[in-house]
Amino acid sequence: MSVNFLISQAKNIQIVIDENASEIEALDQNIGDGDHIFNVQRGLKLVVELEKDIKNLPLQKSLNMIAMKVLSGIGGSSGALFGTFFMSMAKTPDLDKNVNFSKACEMIITGINAMKERGKADVGEKTMMDVLIPVSEKLNELKSGNKDMKEGLSEIIKIAEERMLATKDMLATKGRASFLGERAKGHIDPGARSSQLIIDTICKSVINQ
Amino acid sequence: MKKFINNVDDFLKESLNGFGKAHADIIKVNFEPNFISRKSKTKEGKVSLISGGGSGHEPMHGGFVGHGMLDAACPGFVFSAPTPDQMQAAAEHVDSGAGVLFIVKNYSGDIMNFQMGAEMYSGKNDSIITNDDVAVEDSTFTTGRRGVAATVLVEKIVGSLAENGGSLEECKKLGEKVNKNSGTMGVAFTSCTVPAAGKPTFDIGNDEMEFGVGIHGEPGRKREKIQSSKTIVNNMLEAILDDLKPQKNEKTLLFVNGMGGTPLTELYLVYDNACEILKSKGIEITKSLVGNYCTSLEMQGASITLLKCDEEILKNWDAPVHTAAMRWGM
Repeated sequence: MSVNFLISQAKNIQIVIDENASEIEALDQNIGDGDHIFNVQRGLKLVVELEKDIKNLPLQKSLNMIAMKVLSGIGGSSGALFGTFFMSMAKTPDLDKNVNFSKACEMIITGINAMKERGKADVGEKTMMDVLIPVSEKLNELKSGNKDMKEGLSEIIKIAEERMLATKDMLATKGRASFLGERAKGHIDPGARSSQLIIDTICKSVINQ
Repeated sequence: MKKFINNVDDFLKESLNGFGKAHADIIKVNFEPNFISRKSKTKEGKVSLISGGGSGHEPMHGGFVGHGMLDAACPGFVFSAPTPDQMQAAAEHVDSGAGVLFIVKNYSGDIMNFQMGAEMYSGKNDSIITNDDVAVEDSTFTTGRRGVAATVLVEKIVGSLAENGGSLEECKKLGEKVNKNSGTMGVAFTSCTVPAAGKPTFDIGNDEMEFGVGIHGEPGRKREKIQSSKTIVNNMLEAILDDLKPQKNEKTLLFVNGMGGTPLTELYLVYDNACEILKSKGIEITKSLVGNYCTSLEMQGASITLLKCDEEILKNWDAPVHTAAMRWGM
């Protein structure tokens, strides 16, 4: 993982999120208040705009700058959670050395663990963590390098999609949708959908490299 | 969407600019990071109160910055929690050394961002979380009840105690008492439109109402056909009384809050209906507040908040206050 990788992924993700913006907005209006997509779009724009400031910086420093940008520029739950994600990724040890696949897995796992801690949400609560936690668990298996990387990433794509779809029939116990009780059932969680799209985009891009 | 807008991206900035100009005698608006603070410095030894949340609930919270209430307010984008750097900067700006009490409405985004702000602020600080909305079931395993209109009462009452030298611990304790003693129920007749979205947050029929609505247009307990005001008010009060269980002849404050799009004429009618119903149940209304204080953009609707009052609460409610949206006694 390099700063260039982060920037190019942010650009890829921005395209995919923009393509699916109206779907995510509609999901949020069903069970939330409709701000999630704007927060995600604002965050991606801020990260993409950071390119000139971070492209020549060491990985750890640019992750910290992304974290502060995301934290101060988005707001809402997404800002706090994604800010926490990047801030914790930056704390992974030995980032000044070559960051190989195994290290990159470790960084993402660290980031997702910190999000879980910050949001105090676990799987089954109809949030983005329903997608991210299983993905993190799978990355933990792949980290050792005993398995073919591309095969592993294809599995992650599948897991993310299944878990995103599974939020449809859940009762929400965390986040804005939790106020709805039974009425939240039958709707996919917008945060789970945006997270799944992000995971899907990154994995596909790595597989096709 | 029909709104006074030049450019969606400038919506908040221009609104804050206007607020700063209109109330330059009381407050000052700081940009990047955004926060509203009192014009004058916090006096030494006084605990600072800071609140904040998404914009779109005006006058909450910026309209409550001033003598006897808040020291600073951090406005986020419309309906989005403010960011930790705003809380950190506001705390650094207003803290006189006696500590900072953050007043936070119970929404996941607000909780997380305020928590991070508090972690980033090196001075002494504590937080209270308001969760007065009886429309939502409370549970330790869930996000729990929403913090809505009673936040206004918490800010006024704790603000008075802080102004009169209450310590951080005493302020927190009083805030928690006010929160525990209050219950709120809201009803919406129409949706609101978030400027960035450009269309209403939810669809609702001409003859329908959302019972138990939140302050962001998020759905409530149920969708119903609209009924007479007396019936609606009765159902709202029933939900509140069920939760608060006030004693006979217990003193209360009755707060009828407009969601932004309902005229005061109707709010006073609601107040009248609520008074009659409460009187018939032997509940004494000692204090009143009627108006648009905790709004949801242009949504039509209202919430009713009942606060059980003891002498400490009553004394601090009556104390002088001078903010953009609330002023008496001075």
